[in-house]
Amino acid sequence: MTVYLPIAELSVNIFIILGMGAAVGFLSGMFGVGGGFLITPLLIFYNIPPVVAVATGANQVVASSMSGALSHFRRGTLDVKLGTVLLFGGLAGATVGIWIFALLRSVGQLDLVISLLYVVLLGTVGTLMLLESIRAMRRSASNQPVSLRRPGQHNWVHRLPLKMRFKKSKIYLSVIPVIGLGFGIGILTSVMGVGGGFIMVPAMIYLLRIPTNVVVGTSLFQIIFVTAYTTVVQATTNYSVDIVLAFILMVAGVIGAQYGVRVGQKLRGEQLRALLALLVLAVGARLAVDLVVTPDDVYSVISEGVYR
Amino acid sequence: MRTLALLLVLFVGLVSPAAAQEDRPAEAPEKLEIGISTDEIAISSDFRGADLTIFGAIEGYDPALLAQRKYDIVVALEGPKDNNTVRIKERVFGIWVNRRSMTFELVPESYSLSSTRDVETIADPAVLNGVGVGIQHIRLTPVGFVGDGSNLTEFRDAFRRLKESGGFYQRDPGGVQFISASLFKATVKLPANVPNGTHIVRAHLFRDGVFISEKALPLRVMKTGIEQMISTAAYDHSLAYGAFSVFLAALTGWLASVVFRKD
Repeated sequence: MTVYLPIAELSVNIFIILGMGAAVGFLSGMFGVGGGFLITPLLIFYNIPPVVAVATGANQVVASSMSGALSHFRRGTLDVKLGTVLLFGGLAGATVGIWIFALLRSVGQLDLVISLLYVVLLGTVGTLMLLESIRAMRRSASNQPVSLRRPGQHNWVHRLPLKMRFKKSKIYLSVIPVIGLGFGIGILTSVMGVGGGFIMVPAMIYLLRIPTNVVVGTSLFQIIFVTAYTTVVQATTNYSVDIVLAFILMVAGVIGAQYGVRVGQKLRGEQLRALLALLVLAVGARLAVDLVVTPDDVYSVISEGVYR
Repeated sequence: MRTLALLLVLFVGLVSPAAAQEDRPAEAPEKLEIGISTDEIAISSDFRGADLTIFGAIEGYDPALLAQRKYDIVVALEGPKDNNTVRIKERVFGIWVNRRSMTFELVPESYSLSSTRDVETIADPAVLNGVGVGIQHIRLTPVGFVGDGSNLTEFRDAFRRLKESGGFYQRDPGGVQFISASLFKATVKLPANVPNGTHIVRAHLFRDGVFISEKALPLRVMKTGIEQMISTAAYDHSLAYGAFSVFLAALTGWLASVVFRKD
């Protein structure tokens, strides 16, 4: 059964899109990630124009982060104050990101930059995760105790001025790195269509030393608003949000996530992370191959849409 | 005073070649009349392409020339016009990167040609270029500075090839048939991905390789259905559309968290 995507302007098989959404939803539930960093490359593989894939990916992340953040809110593992400070940076970053996006699009380098960023990001994150999970597997094999870095330790981040007390997180922290982190992730949200949780969560734990229990909920909380903002701005500046595509993806995604969560609870953490790492590396490698392989046609033509 | 008059004539001749062309049928007795059954076509989103039939007649023809098949008719369906940019990828450090580009000013998004025989054999390339008829002869004017113009041909050829391979530009030599002495029927193809907007049906009459006259009719192509409504909303009411997309996503997320609530 085919469905016509009005903004991407092409017909797709609805079951492939549903399958994509469900599979990524399943993985995101299993690993506790948003899934935007997998959805966007998969859409590009399926010939959805990168402009549409990025904007629609951001829209889809609104749904997945919303359902995640709500359950964290109910459990009380969400620091609204910390999330709001992150959000200030995030909105500023997303605004800058949209501007970069439009600029790259006008000079015809958008597709290239999106692919390059994904190759770098997926390659780095995948490698780090794989190494970390292999180390963890070795440790558990030799029955060594798992040594976590204690979150009480201080580093250069904690010497910065403009400190603020975050009661829920039980932390006294400068707002500069928080806003800076939000800003950086905000740019990625606009340019790559990701929520950025897979970068934000480790950065909050290891760099800002924020207690682990509030990290995921808080990052999801701010991701809702940054991706929502990005969706609206993409819709008004680039007209590239495909609501039909986004809706199919998000419905399949939230259902897939529920099953992912159940399976994830039964499997062992480090093996799970190694699997995800391999998947992330595979997607990155595929994008890298597409950049290097001689294209079928070195020419391309686009209509500017000035008189649309 | 005479120089001024002469200059004026020259000037008029330079700025309005169209006016000069319109003068010509006054000399030639032949005129072209065409008609289509509708000036508006509504197509749904599952449109897979269709044929559009145009009827026409040559008026004031010379029976002797007609018997010798000296008259040729070319009918073109030109889509809405827009600037188009052609880009070429080159290898930079092993990666394929868009390097050079050229933008052509207001070229038709789609172009469907139907003629009595292959357009290239109807008239000289110079004549066809002047009229701007035929995929090889459509006016492709680059925007801005193009240097010495040595790569103009490269980009024009690429543009035509991409448009043809994408199905936007089509030709049917033999698509125009005479059904009686001077009455003809032209079949032009509407591509599956026909652009929305005002198209122009343009019929050209050639007599023995000479361009005689032209007749144009507008044809509005209106896409219908829910998909088109969404597309229109996305472009014309983008803020509301964006806000609704977010609302739908938030609602889906909220519903999921309620439906699948564990506690």
